[in-house]
Amino acid sequence: MTDAKKPDTPRTEPVQSATFTKSVNAEIRRAADTGIYDIRGGGAKRSVPHFDDLLFLGASISRYPLEGYREKCATNVTLGTRFAKNPIELDIPITIAGMSFGALSGAAKEGLGRGATAAGTSTTTGDGGMTEEERGHSKMLVYQYLPSRYGMNPDDLRRCDAIEVVVGQGAKPGGGGMLLGQKISDRVADMRDLPAGIDQRSACRHPDWTGPDDLEIKILELREITRWEKPIYIKVGGARPYFDTALAVKAGADVVVLDGMQGGTAATQDVFIEHVGIPTLACIRPAVQALQDLGMHRKVQLIVSGGIRNGADVAKALALGADAVSIGSAALIAMGDNDPKWEDEYQKLGTTAGAYDDWHEGRDPAGITTQDPELAARLDPIQAGKRLANYLKVMTLEAQTIARACGKSHVHNLEPEDLCALTIEAAAMARVPLAGTEWIPGKGI
Amino acid sequence: MTTIDITEQGLRYLNETLQQQSTGTNQKEWDIINPRGSHAIAVGLDAPIQVTVNGSTGYYCGGMNKQASITVKGSAGPGVAENMSSGMVVVEGDASQYAGATGRGGTLVIRGNAASRCGISMKGIDIIVAGNIGHMSAFMAQKGNLVVLGDAGEALGDSLYEARLFVRGSVKSLGADCVEKDMTEEHIKQLAELLERADMDADPAQFRRYGSARQLYHFDVDNVSAY
Repeated sequence: MTDAKKPDTPRTEPVQSATFTKSVNAEIRRAADTGIYDIRGGGAKRSVPHFDDLLFLGASISRYPLEGYREKCATNVTLGTRFAKNPIELDIPITIAGMSFGALSGAAKEGLGRGATAAGTSTTTGDGGMTEEERGHSKMLVYQYLPSRYGMNPDDLRRCDAIEVVVGQGAKPGGGGMLLGQKISDRVADMRDLPAGIDQRSACRHPDWTGPDDLEIKILELREITRWEKPIYIKVGGARPYFDTALAVKAGADVVVLDGMQGGTAATQDVFIEHVGIPTLACIRPAVQALQDLGMHRKVQLIVSGGIRNGADVAKALALGADAVSIGSAALIAMGDNDPKWEDEYQKLGTTAGAYDDWHEGRDPAGITTQDPELAARLDPIQAGKRLANYLKVMTLEAQTIARACGKSHVHNLEPEDLCALTIEAAAMARVPLAGTEWIPGKGI
Repeated sequence: MTTIDITEQGLRYLNETLQQQSTGTNQKEWDIINPRGSHAIAVGLDAPIQVTVNGSTGYYCGGMNKQASITVKGSAGPGVAENMSSGMVVVEGDASQYAGATGRGGTLVIRGNAASRCGISMKGIDIIVAGNIGHMSAFMAQKGNLVVLGDAGEALGDSLYEARLFVRGSVKSLGADCVEKDMTEEHIKQLAELLERADMDADPAQFRRYGSARQLYHFDVDNVSAY
C-alpha cells in the first residue's frame, strides 16, 4: 500500500476560504512585511445597507403626481433658523462637505467653491484653515472649527457664512487625523504653524472642551465673537445618532451634520474606516427621532452625509427626515478623481481607476489630493467647478423628478410613507415597510 | 475709564461694545464689574484697549484676543485667552485647565497656579506662570514659550513640536518625545525678556529648558510603544 495517489485519481477541487480570502491573505502578508497598518483615504468600501435598498412608491390611484415640466417642485433650504441672525439660504438641498486645503490642492478647493456657488449652495473648509481660493470663489462658505485649530482665527470666523464645530466624522468616529509629511508644503506648514515636511497629527478631541456642557459654553463663545450672526453646525460621526443629535441640540446647535461610515477621510487606518461607525442609512431615523422628541425637527436642521451619489439618494435622505445632504467623495469624482483617463498612471501606483485611495501620499494622478505643483496643475479649477455644478444640477433634477412622482411640491415634503425597503435590514434601519408588506422590523406590526 | 456692569448690562452688550472699539479709539480704559464667573467675557476683541475685569471669570475669558490688554482681578475658568493671537491677558489669581489653549501670539501671564493642560496645542503664544502647572501641560504644543516659575505636573510637553518650555521648579515627569535641552545664552536672553514682559522677578539661570526630541515627527513603527 502507498499513500501516493495515482495521477488519474479524482481530486477535490481547490476551494478558497470565505474567511481567508485572497485580499485578506494579501493584507496579512502586507502587515507581516511592513509591520504597520494600512492607511488610506475614502470611506468604508465594504457593502452595507444603503439607499439602494430603498424604493419610492410613487403616485397611484390613492395619490396623484405633479406634472414634471409644468408644476413646481421647490428645492430651497434655509439652514440656521434657530439662533443665528443670518441663516444660510441654499437653492438646493445638497452642500459640499469639509475637505482641507492640505488634503486637497488649492485649485481643487477653488473648483469646489466655484461649483457650489454656481449651483447655489455652500462649500466647507477643512482641517487646515481657510484659503483665499475657497473664500474668494465661494458665495457661501462654512468654516470648520476642529480639534487641531490649525489656521483658526477670529477674522476668518467673521468672514465665513456658518461655523461647523467638528466633533467627529463618519469615516472615523472617535479618531483624529494625520497628514503625512509629503503633503506638508511650506504653505500648508505655515497655515498650520508647524515645520514643513513632518507628519502632522490632528487631535481626536478638542483641546478646551470635553462634553456637552462645555460644548454649550464653547458655542456661546463662538456666538459672542461673531455677534450671534452665524449659524453654528455641529458635525458628528455616525455612532450613537439619537444621543449625539439630542446632545448637539442641547448644546445649542443650529444645524446637526451627521456623517455615516461611507463618508470619506483624507487619511485614516483602513481598520478604522471599515470597522468603526454605522452606515448612513442607519443614522437618519434615530437622529430625526431625537429631533422630534425634542420638538426641534425642522427647527434645528439635519444634514446627512456619507455615500450620497445621485438624486435618488438625496430624495431618500430627505424622505427619511433630513433637511439637506452633503457630498465629498462624489464631488471629487465629479471634478475628476479616479477618472479612467489616468489608468496608466494608476497602474504605476499599483492600483486602478476607481480603487485609488492612497490620497495621503500626495501622488494623485488627477491632481486633486496632492500638493505637488506639477500634479495639481492638471486640475483646471474653472473646468472642475463647471463639472461639479453640472453634477449638482443633475442630482437636483433627479430628486425633483422623484418628488413630483410622489406628488410633492417641495422636496422636503417627501416622507417615510413614500418609501419601502428591499431588504429586512434596510427596512429595520430606515423604519419603512419591507416592499409589498406592512412589516417594519422592530415595530411589532 | 468706562465701566460696564455685566449683571446690569449683560454679556452681549459688554462684548458688542468692546468689539466695536477700533484701533484708533480714544476710550482706552474699560472697567468690568460684577463678572460673577460669567463665561466668554471680553472675547474676540481687536483694539489696543485696556480691560480690567474686577472679579473671577468663567470659561474662555479673553478668547481669540487681538491687541487688547485684559487683566482679571480674580481667578479665571477654563480656556482663558484661548486662541489669542496678540495682546496680553493677565490673571492675578489662578487659572483653570487649558489656559492659553491653541494661542498663536500675544502674552498670557498667570500670577497664581495653572491647572492641567496649560498651553495645550499652543501655536505661538508666550505663557508665563508664577506658580505651578498641572499635568499634560503643553500637550502637542507647536510654537511659542511656556515659562513656569514653580513646578510642572506629569507628562509635561507630551508629543511636543517646536514650543520651548522653561521650568524653574521640579517636573514630575516628561511626556512622550519631550526631553531636557541645554540652556544657551540665546535661551537665557529670551527667558529674561519673557520674565521682564510678565513683570516677574526670577533669575533665568535657575531654569531648565525642555523641548522636543523630534523622534515622533515621522511615524515609525518602532516608536509605537511611545504613543
